[in-house]
Amino acid sequence: MTTNAHTLATQQPKQGFLAWLWTWLTTVDHKKIGILYLCGAGLFFAIGGIEAMLIRIQLSVPNNTFLVGDAYNQVVTMHGTTMIFFVAMPAIFAFLNAVVPLQIGARDVAFPFMNALGFWLFFLGGLILNVSWFLGGAPSGGWTAYAPLSTDYLGSGMDYYILGLQVAGAGTLMGGINFLVTIINMRAPGMTFMRMPLFTWTAFVTSALILFAFPALTVGLFMELFDRVFGANFFNTANGGNGIIWEHIFWIFGHPEVYILALPCFGIISEVIPTFSKKRLFGHTSMVFATVLIGFLAFMVWVHHMFTVGLGPVANSIFAIATMAIAVPTGIKIFNWIFTMWGGQVHFTTANLYAIAFIPTFVLGGVTGVMLAIPAADFQYQDSYFVIAHFHYVIVGGVVLGLFAGLFYWWPKIFGKYLNETLGKIGFWFFLIGFHVTFFPQHFLGLMGMPRRYFTYQAGDWLATGNMISSIGAAGMAIAVVLLVINIVMTQAKGQRATGDAWGMGRTLEWSIPSPAPEYNFGQTPLVQSVDTFWKEKMDGNKKVTPAEPYGDIHMPNGSIIPFLMSLSLTVASFGFIFADETGTGIHKGALFVAILGIGLMLLCMLVHSLKDDHGFHIHKEEVLEMEKKGEGA
Amino acid sequence: MKKKWQRLLRLIPLAVIAIFTLVGCGKPGLSTLDPQGPVARTEAGLMLQSFLIMIIVVVVVGFLFTYALIRYRKRPGQEDVIPKQVEGNALLEVLWTVIPIILLVILAFPTVAKTFSVSDATVPKNHGDNVVVVKVTAHQYWWQFDYPDYGITTSEDLFIPTGKKVVLQVTSADVIHSFWVPALAGKLDANPGQTDSMYLTADKPGTYAGRCAELCGASHALMYFNVRAVSPSDFTAWTKEMKAGPSAPATASAQKGESLFKQDCMACHAVGVSGSNTAPNLRNFADQKNIAGFLPHDKSTLEKWIKDPTSLKPGALMPSRGIKGNLTDQQISDIADYLFTLSVKHNQ
Repeated sequence: MTTNAHTLATQQPKQGFLAWLWTWLTTVDHKKIGILYLCGAGLFFAIGGIEAMLIRIQLSVPNNTFLVGDAYNQVVTMHGTTMIFFVAMPAIFAFLNAVVPLQIGARDVAFPFMNALGFWLFFLGGLILNVSWFLGGAPSGGWTAYAPLSTDYLGSGMDYYILGLQVAGAGTLMGGINFLVTIINMRAPGMTFMRMPLFTWTAFVTSALILFAFPALTVGLFMELFDRVFGANFFNTANGGNGIIWEHIFWIFGHPEVYILALPCFGIISEVIPTFSKKRLFGHTSMVFATVLIGFLAFMVWVHHMFTVGLGPVANSIFAIATMAIAVPTGIKIFNWIFTMWGGQVHFTTANLYAIAFIPTFVLGGVTGVMLAIPAADFQYQDSYFVIAHFHYVIVGGVVLGLFAGLFYWWPKIFGKYLNETLGKIGFWFFLIGFHVTFFPQHFLGLMGMPRRYFTYQAGDWLATGNMISSIGAAGMAIAVVLLVINIVMTQAKGQRATGDAWGMGRTLEWSIPSPAPEYNFGQTPLVQSVDTFWKEKMDGNKKVTPAEPYGDIHMPNGSIIPFLMSLSLTVASFGFIFADETGTGIHKGALFVAILGIGLMLLCMLVHSLKDDHGFHIHKEEVLEMEKKGEGA
Repeated sequence: MKKKWQRLLRLIPLAVIAIFTLVGCGKPGLSTLDPQGPVARTEAGLMLQSFLIMIIVVVVVGFLFTYALIRYRKRPGQEDVIPKQVEGNALLEVLWTVIPIILLVILAFPTVAKTFSVSDATVPKNHGDNVVVVKVTAHQYWWQFDYPDYGITTSEDLFIPTGKKVVLQVTSADVIHSFWVPALAGKLDANPGQTDSMYLTADKPGTYAGRCAELCGASHALMYFNVRAVSPSDFTAWTKEMKAGPSAPATASAQKGESLFKQDCMACHAVGVSGSNTAPNLRNFADQKNIAGFLPHDKSTLEKWIKDPTSLKPGALMPSRGIKGNLTDQQISDIADYLFTLSVKHNQ
């Protein structure tokens, strides 16, 4: 098949399940990859949510015996690991993929092949982690996997953690690099950095954080792997190692990770609130600087997770002040969002309800964050339920509310149909109230002496009431998630079709093209003349954004199965390493051979991909014109 | 409309009062909100101070937020109205940058000062009885307390004199643990291969609950201990009694228990003045508050414990039914009788 003859006509979907599956396995279209990420995140969200419910069932009454000891530690570890790495991260990437190229007026991402590879690495990494339940037990060292507990004292479960995260982390790093390059290089003419929508800005800073944070995780995980499989002594005190090294490495990654998750959600809020207030984002420039500053400070504060390690008052004080400083740019954002609504017209759509609810919830999480930044007080908070409450206010109150806002906001853009608003609003109230009922009492539980990762508490410890309330709240959140699933199924069956400017108040470029966007995104690359280009063009009375070029043939990349196969070979290698360590007494040679085989297969895939000339294909001008005509009717 | 607002405003002080009545809640001897010593009090003071500043922030933001939502909500018939597109406001933006900075600076001074003061665990030379040094070693899943100045060792219950500075030199024998007595002081991690110091002081005699705060394995949630604060004179007496040790068992069953203990348990446990680092030293077992740090201190629980420790404390290293696993119920009962004679109190 020559590159030019291969046109859109030959790309028409073939019939049957296998053909459908093949399309998804080989796709390099960022919009489809976005959907894949969304499905992956959804799947793991269900798993992580069930784990959360198990935790709350065990803790609902004192001296409960439902999940005891290691079983509880497994559930806690998997809940944390799953929610951070396999729910929040892919959900972020879902929106990055679905929205960023459209917001900057690009036809694609910079590296479509690598984009697909990133997804499959994430997805198979998640599977590696989750099959541990069926192959001898899940990891139980906490999502932080502190050494030497996780390297010397726990069973093979920790290997699933190490390799699952290693594989998924490689995918995330690729995704970060991809979006960094995409945003720098592929902006439409006229879209200067200061005209970039705030979601794209946060995507940009997040990608930069990924670029610097994930290699730390990679290195740390390799060290843990070598300690476990090959008997290295990085974290073994008896042989001159030191477990605190792992804590530093983990949090040098782990702290920025929080902002990797939070910043895009700030971005989502910065899109949703202006749209549904019919107003420009207040203080766009200061928002950009606040975002960059938060990104910078994210790397300066990791020791605040380690105030109780014994690093001494000098180190603790320096990192305390650096941590407090983050409150300033975050505060700027909060006030700017409020003043975006000020003088506007606040529409209470489901998306906006989530975005609005984000503000007070995140403020509560933020103020407890400043309280935690005080080392002497943190000696009391650290590793208690106060911390649990704090980071759930930040990660659920900040990230998940943001993601839900984004989900309802961009669903029509991604799928061409609206989610049901009534059901959405009922779900919203269940989620918001359930959330606060769950996590607000946990502040007090912590102050009353309940440490985190405790599978039980004693009947006389006065902790029963708070825990019971907390468990009831969790049930409310579970109902909300079930309602969302029902909503999604209903929408797929008979949702209302969405127009290009689905909410009628779209401001940024993604709303200027049909919903869902055509394969090539923009028939003509738009010419960007201001912040909120589409809004400005509409105000000027134009129906379309001024194009920067005439219609022409559009170059597209070919799909490829190689990303999937590469990820699969790394999965094979991972299982080799897992089983090589399983006995804990020595390396299993056969399993090690499987590991080497897996790596060999991956190298082979790389070779094939390098040697094969693939110039992609063109969608011809006539076809573009025809599709654009159809799109206008949509 | 305005009156409604005023009513709402009146609720704010009420809410603040409600929150303050919650402060001070929690089980006595366990809660950080009911501090029982100067270190915990300093920390609680900082908590309160930061809490007050944060309340101001929450109230201001909450007010602006609620006002914006109500005042600028979409009203019917506004479909075609386009609000003014405001770019920003330099003055406002500078204002909400500078005000938080001021608030943080106000908070930063006590933060640094108190962080240094509660971390000062130096031990003066020739400290005599004014400072008590305890070497704390965390094990999966129990606590060992050595008193180098007195040459005694105990476990699970940390005896301290009231009013004195107690310097704790914390380390771990295996994985990372964290030493936490909420009512007396914040926590300090127990890191294998290194020793870090903290200090605490108890105002009055009493039992204060201690917890392991860093995930350390299956029974992390059961790695409890007790801090037993006694008057300085009682403490001095206790150190002497510990040195002297318990008197020999009197009853026949306890004597049988003693010989069984020597056969089956002495490989790990010690009852000597200093002793074993692999399992708790049981010299003053009968004087302790709990079995294994958290269980009720009675004979039937002790028998259950000896029979099958891991059913009560998952992952505990003590083998079931003694080291050989072949003790009869009678033998276990004898051992329990013996252990309950291990009291140093009777010397008083």
